[in-house]
Amino acid sequence: MFVAWRDLRFARGRFVLIGSVVALITLLVGFLAGLTGGLAAQNVSAVLGLPGDRLVLQQPSSGQPSFGESTIGREARVGWQTAAGVDEVVPVGIVQGRATAGAASAVGVALFGLPAAGSGAGTVAALAPDRDDEVGLSAAAASDLGVGVGDRVTITGTTYRVASVGGDAWYSHTPVLAMTPDAWAAADRRLGGDGAPTVLAVSGSPDWDAVADRTHTSAASHLGSLTALETFKSEVGSLALMIAMLFGVSALVVGAFFTVWTMQRAGDVAVLKALGASTGSLVRDALGQALVVLVVGIGVGTAAVVGLGALAGGALPFLLSPLTALVPAVAMAALGLAGAAVALRTVTAADPLTALGSNR
Amino acid sequence: MITLDDVTLTFPDGDRRVTAVDHVSLTARAGVVTGITGPSGSGKSSLLAVAATLIRPDSGRVLIGGGSGSVVDAAALSPGEATALRRERIGIVFQQSNLLPSLTAREQVLVMAHLGGRVAGRRGSVTRARVDELLDAVGLSGHADKRPAQLSGGQRQRVAIARALVHGPDVLLVDEPTSALDQERGAAIVGLIAQLTHDRGTATMLVTHDMVHRDVLDELVTVVDGRVVDTVPAAPASRAAAAADAA
Repeated sequence: MFVAWRDLRFARGRFVLIGSVVALITLLVGFLAGLTGGLAAQNVSAVLGLPGDRLVLQQPSSGQPSFGESTIGREARVGWQTAAGVDEVVPVGIVQGRATAGAASAVGVALFGLPAAGSGAGTVAALAPDRDDEVGLSAAAASDLGVGVGDRVTITGTTYRVASVGGDAWYSHTPVLAMTPDAWAAADRRLGGDGAPTVLAVSGSPDWDAVADRTHTSAASHLGSLTALETFKSEVGSLALMIAMLFGVSALVVGAFFTVWTMQRAGDVAVLKALGASTGSLVRDALGQALVVLVVGIGVGTAAVVGLGALAGGALPFLLSPLTALVPAVAMAALGLAGAAVALRTVTAADPLTALGSNR
Repeated sequence: MITLDDVTLTFPDGDRRVTAVDHVSLTARAGVVTGITGPSGSGKSSLLAVAATLIRPDSGRVLIGGGSGSVVDAAALSPGEATALRRERIGIVFQQSNLLPSLTAREQVLVMAHLGGRVAGRRGSVTRARVDELLDAVGLSGHADKRPAQLSGGQRQRVAIARALVHGPDVLLVDEPTSALDQERGAAIVGLIAQLTHDRGTATMLVTHDMVHRDVLDELVTVVDGRVVDTVPAAPASRAAAAADAA
């Protein structure tokens, strides 16, 4: 790194420029990752918070299972309850509705119907009330409705007492309101449904595929079942594509910079080789130089993401976590180094003989 | 000492090969400046490239070392071994000074300690004190912190000479060091190389086409069409003086 450090000092303007570009791309990637995480959490956190080892959805005759269209009939439910290896089956009803509190305007909520906690762990199960005339509100639902424990909310003409408030549970960008299975079935019928549960949260170790085939359902892990949420697929897919493209841009920009930079230094590299520099030491110099630029640029960019993310967290669905801040930074560094590695061909191919002059 | 023993080097030229060095045998002894001269295209720079291990000959041996040190056939080394040999036992001064624009004069010399292998040559480690001593020896003690752009052509070539000698090489190979300099500065540079060769006991091969420097050289080898056609003591007056001193 003897020459690399001095090059960084000598050509600091150029390196500050590329470092700033790296910092800006990191800021963009980090912000997009945070927004993607925040939006995803507002889309699926309630699904991820359901109990069970796998979630069972109705398998339509054609196409993929969908939370919006799934209805688990009695036959399928009994089929799962009686299957060998199944420990527990928790029927969960999910439907979008509206709730009001006092004279305030209606608030969109996701109505989840499931037995009270004890049937399994998870945020939503913990919210589920014991009584049919009670509801549990996620923190965001309580905040939107402006109510607390003991207050009353009205859903499709029926009034419920708020039994508990807490937890971060969202479904399709609406906060979750939990009810007992019977109360949920009644509400679903008032909203035009048939009162049958939407999904089964199944625990145990049955032959998942065989039981699913027999009951015309599909069984997937909580993460795997997220593809049955259309809004999640399209939303996260678009944002993830943007992030991937920014990663590509980052690798290209860094690679292009170091390719041009190394080509400009090709004569110096030939001289160093003629003097006795090993190719390995020159490669380490080049990669070390790129790493310094990347670490500084990504460090500044990540610090900006953390700072701005903390400020924006209250106003935007922004998720600030190691997954959304550090993973993109590490990926940026790896891709940037990969881009810089492309420039190494100039280093390895430099002929020390050229240092003597071309006229032999 | 460096000995080229029956060295032949050819280059591809279409569907045939051109002979650049044709069965050349010569020796440059320690403490002696051996000039290599000849017309343009005679193969003298190719000869230097072979001696510098920058190109492998088709046949023949390049023996480096002697005296109390080990002798190595550089023509038989792998590329990695040849690189290490250059780093430790060979000093090279190019036609152009070939200094790195980002380094100061002191750093240009100190860089020899950071080329990826052992930081020491056979005759001492490359330390800042040794660098400063060499910069002083080439007359640049007041210019150590200047970059190439702040130095004249002659000063840059002096830095290159210090860089070539800092690791105490057995062999100093110099390729047309005055080609970018005027006659006065060129004479000063060749004189400096001769003085340092005598002082430090380096075996120096100096390629030049400029016979103005003939009197400074201890031996002169003339190459024509890749062959050695003449080898003569070039500076009899200086050697006579040296012999008288010895007596």
